Amino acid sequence: MQYLVSVIDDKSDPGSTDRQPAISAFNDRLIAEGYWVFAGGLADTDTATVVDNRGEEAVFSDGPFVESKEYLAGVWVWEAPDLDVALRLAAEASEVCDRKIEVRPFR
Amino acid sequence: MSDAAESITRVHRAEWARVVAALTRRFGDLDIAEEAAAEAFAAAVERWPAEGVPPNPGGWLTTTASRKAIDRIRRENKRDDKHKEARMVYDDDPPEPVGAIDDDRLRLIFTCCHPALAPEARVALTLRLVAGLTVPEIARAFLVQEPAMGQRITRAKAKIKAARIPYRVPSAEDLPARVSGVLAVLYLVFNEGYLATGPGTDPVRPGLTAEAIRLARLIRALLPDDGEAAGLLALMLLTEARRTARVSAGGELVTLAEQDRGSWDAALIAEGHRLVRERLAAAAAGTPPGRYQILAAINAVHTSVRDARDTDWSQILALYDQLVRLDRSPIVALNRAVAVAELDGPEVALAAVDRLQDRLAGYHAFHAIRADLLRRLGDGHRSRAAYDKAIELAGNTAEVAYLTRRRDQLG
Repeated sequence: MQYLVSVIDDKSDPGSTDRQPAISAFNDRLIAEGYWVFAGGLADTDTATVVDNRGEEAVFSDGPFVESKEYLAGVWVWEAPDLDVALRLAAEASEVCDRKIEVRPFR
Repeated sequence: MSDAAESITRVHRAEWARVVAALTRRFGDLDIAEEAAAEAFAAAVERWPAEGVPPNPGGWLTTTASRKAIDRIRRENKRDDKHKEARMVYDDDPPEPVGAIDDDRLRLIFTCCHPALAPEARVALTLRLVAGLTVPEIARAFLVQEPAMGQRITRAKAKIKAARIPYRVPSAEDLPARVSGVLAVLYLVFNEGYLATGPGTDPVRPGLTAEAIRLARLIRALLPDDGEAAGLLALMLLTEARRTARVSAGGELVTLAEQDRGSWDAALIAEGHRLVRERLAAAAAGTPPGRYQILAAINAVHTSVRDARDTDWSQILALYDQLVRLDRSPIVALNRAVAVAELDGPEVALAAVDRLQDRLAGYHAFHAIRADLLRRLGDGHRSRAAYDKAIELAGNTAEVAYLTRRRDQLG
């Protein structure tokens, strides 16, 4: 079972910025234990571009599709046998990243 | 009620959770298990009055339900093979022995009370799948429209399937937190029955308190070594014992001090006291008590005297001091202040209550306790204002009636 694990940051109350070494160590462990599928940190939401080609022609616009206090700062994809395993890892991830985490299964 | 109908009711109580749990284990799907169990009980209602109650009713129901489940799976297999992928994760080796019985019902309870589900969904699922209440019954109990309650349960089952919430007893490392999650669900059910909220509702809904006690007995039987499970059961029994004395014939709340103690249920009190003694012995042997055990002990002190004036308030205060160390919630501090009022007088207690103003301004009991302390201090003006606020915030009809009378007696 694969889970999308989203790292959520908060503009008004951002998490600490010195977490990278701890996150790298956590990633190494995810790989060693066979949970790691993919991981990636995202650039600031200001760098996003929204594309809408549902109409006559493609429209490009600047900025995230929804402006919010909380935003997606990075993602993982994990392979885990069930939600309990994913939640236990997510609890560690939240501590390691000093940020909130959302766990959502792939269909 | 005919003999067969009576047996069906009794067997339903005793066997429903076992049938659902066994089918969930076998077919890996809560929907199939629930529907097949319901069909099997419907078949019993149809056949037992004519054919007689089978010698092993539980076995008959499980077999009948399994057949119904296989029928449904065959029917659906013709359409797609999806259910095979969606099978619940079932762990054949129990992770750690958790007491004497490894029972499928325990897996069922842990799944229904999983922390990834919304609290109201945990309550609804537990009442449906473990207690066997129907969706209309649960909807009525929580004053929710039937379709909304049906959807709440369906959505929770869909999440269990899609997110792969496993069907197993949690690992030893997760167990304490998960057991306390289960106990919280049962306490929620009990409190909703005991202090029903909402205008136009009965002040007490004995159906819910009875279900909560039945489930607490089940958890206690399944986890005999868990002190908090014993504590919660004792707390429920000692509270339930006072149920009929708690609301007057006129529908008004009767406070603990004013209750007719002769009408308390002596058997429930004796059982509750036994459990509290058992936990006291464990505490003496070095197992520190959790919050339910301490709350049960407080209730044991209250229920051990025939006259409210003989209440051992210093012991109650000592128990609250112990509770405050475990549970920093302002509600515990508020209840502690009630004991302080009895020992050190209303003035000291009022100072303690007033310190909670910021955190409890929206809680009716905060204002009700303040109103009573101000009344005892002879401050009728401020007492009236506090009663007004308490009445405005109270949801329970019996409490509103009581507070209104007390306010109007201020003169």
